[in-house]
Amino acid sequence: MKLMKKTVLAVAMSLATVTGVQAAGVSDDVVKIGVLGDMGGVYADIAGPGSVVAVKMAVEDFGGTVLGQPIEVVSADDQNKADVGSSIARKWIDDENVDVINGAVASSVTGAVTKVMTAAEKITLIAASASHAFTTKACSPFNAHWTYDVVALANGTVKPMVASGKEKWFFITADYGFGHALEKVATGVIKDNGGTVVGGVRAPLGTTDFSSYILQAQSSGADVIALANAGADMVNSLKTAAEFGVTEMMDVAGLLVFTQNAQALDPAIAGGMKLTTGFYWDMDDQTRAWSKRYMERMDGKIPSMAHAGAYSSTMHYLNAVKAAGTDEGKAVMAKMKETPVEDFFSRNGYLRKDGRMVHDMLQVRIKTADERTSANDIFAIEKVIKGDDAFLELSKGGCEFAMAK
Amino acid sequence: MATFLGINLFALSGQLLVGLINGSFYALLSLGLAIIFGLLKIINFAQGAMYMLGAFFAWMALNYMGINYWAALILVPIVIGCIAILIERFLVRPIAGEDHLYSLLLTFGIALVLQGVFTHLFGSSGLPYKIPAELSGGTKLPFMYLPNYRAWIIVISLIVCGSTWWVIEKTKLGAYLRAGTENPQLMQGFGINVPLITTLTFGFGVALAGFAGVLAAPVYSVSPDMGSSVLIVVFAIVVIGGMGSIGGAILTGLLMGVVEGLTKYFYPEASATVIFLVMVIVLLIKPAGLFGKEA
Repeated sequence: MKLMKKTVLAVAMSLATVTGVQAAGVSDDVVKIGVLGDMGGVYADIAGPGSVVAVKMAVEDFGGTVLGQPIEVVSADDQNKADVGSSIARKWIDDENVDVINGAVASSVTGAVTKVMTAAEKITLIAASASHAFTTKACSPFNAHWTYDVVALANGTVKPMVASGKEKWFFITADYGFGHALEKVATGVIKDNGGTVVGGVRAPLGTTDFSSYILQAQSSGADVIALANAGADMVNSLKTAAEFGVTEMMDVAGLLVFTQNAQALDPAIAGGMKLTTGFYWDMDDQTRAWSKRYMERMDGKIPSMAHAGAYSSTMHYLNAVKAAGTDEGKAVMAKMKETPVEDFFSRNGYLRKDGRMVHDMLQVRIKTADERTSANDIFAIEKVIKGDDAFLELSKGGCEFAMAK
Repeated sequence: MATFLGINLFALSGQLLVGLINGSFYALLSLGLAIIFGLLKIINFAQGAMYMLGAFFAWMALNYMGINYWAALILVPIVIGCIAILIERFLVRPIAGEDHLYSLLLTFGIALVLQGVFTHLFGSSGLPYKIPAELSGGTKLPFMYLPNYRAWIIVISLIVCGSTWWVIEKTKLGAYLRAGTENPQLMQGFGINVPLITTLTFGFGVALAGFAGVLAAPVYSVSPDMGSSVLIVVFAIVVIGGMGSIGGAILTGLLMGVVEGLTKYFYPEASATVIFLVMVIVLLIKPAGLFGKEA
């Protein structure tokens, strides 16, 4: 009886698969990619319009059509607001037949968008967000988290510093979800490696003057000030630290620094600082060749890791659509997870069960003024961190569907 | 280490000084707003954008024309003052007699346009600007390391604020100005060119924001949204001080810098809100503001 049940089930399942294949092809005769991002706000330089360009480049390089149907790119500004992002996603799905969303920068927006997409069984390619929630607590079979996450940043930057004897840490944390997550993960890494956290402050997002916090950090007796913030907050806090002479007494660790942020800092201040990134444009011939094409379209602006990730994820998605013979979310995701990710951006990459794209990360150092040969010459690569060492292990993430047998 | 009620007094003095430095920035910015509102009754929402423009012009002057910080400190406010004069003459004056709301919307629109243009041209990440060599380094005080540039900010802001207050409140020119805005017809009858005074006052008020922008460029990130983030705080300060009170704006600016600095020490999470909390309390108790005259 039991055996019969199993057989029936197996037959039913294979039938379902067969019908699935028969119903395959491209829905609505177009594969539509929606690029969602901060188009004019604080994150516009690190993702935003550059991500649209990167996705369009991927579509062109792919040939403009897949399975005989055209590929279209649409884009919208989420203004870093979760409600705006999710309502755009809903509109895209309901009225405009968008098949996949690439982008959403602020983790709060991404969280809202992935919920909408998952409900519609459509894929979100997360190329710019930092929170690791999308492949752990808030994971979904339709999430592909591409470029980096807070765990990789903390592992890449904090671990070697603690190991080298910098044991006492002080946090300046952006007072919202992303900052809290980064602080929590980094604190874990510090403690696991024998270090301690001697203090910290939570600074509201968009604080202009950090001198008060820097003074507190200074009197805390810490070896390292960890900046668990991003963008202008990071730039301002580092500038202030240098001004108050802190950088001569203690180390400053920027936990999330995009190339664009490093470029906005005087090399006399930022030179020498170590950080972790998912991509650097000037790493090798492959990265340079792609970046050159990108820069031609972006008035000479260099790509960030988020831009490169947007291209890489789009290309991988389109290849998977082709291989799966359909643009149906589940089937495409299965193909994406089957195929290794190897391109100019991703080295030794693969999309794990929980949606984490595990790939080699780079530990870099910001070059000093003397070392720089041009305005775009920003990082010196110190070390390549193996993907499996950088990202959180699958078993520790607590993503239910990925851990279930 | 000296402590009082468990508070480290050394650390506290450091925080007070840092608060005073920020306060002098606030004083400079709110002074410009207070002049424009107090004398001209224009609510200038573009003041933050002009502050941003000041920082960007300093950056452009250095990188495109090789004009150093010191020259920029004088030239940039003049250029921005001239831009403000054009704005006053061609945009603000045509709606001079209308409700306050019109000037508010107009200047708010100008601010949005400027911010958008600069985001388009320079991106949102910000640009680096070095502290001038003469002011780099710092002085070791018993309780903290005081960067020379921060000391310079306090000194120069107090000088500029003090002399502006003195000119407006204590000189004949200031008296003309106040009279001209109080009763334009009568003053014109005396042969004073009131429209000219109005235009120049607007230009000067805005130039103060440009000056603050140059002053800010070496210490804060030069980015298109630097103005919008500080503008709201500065408006709150003007409201606390009493709309239009020149001396009130300066004193409240300094005071709020200190209040914010102490909040950053005792309860950093509230530091972005504390000024608004003060504003609510002041409005409840003394609706005209701390230094404003009851209407």
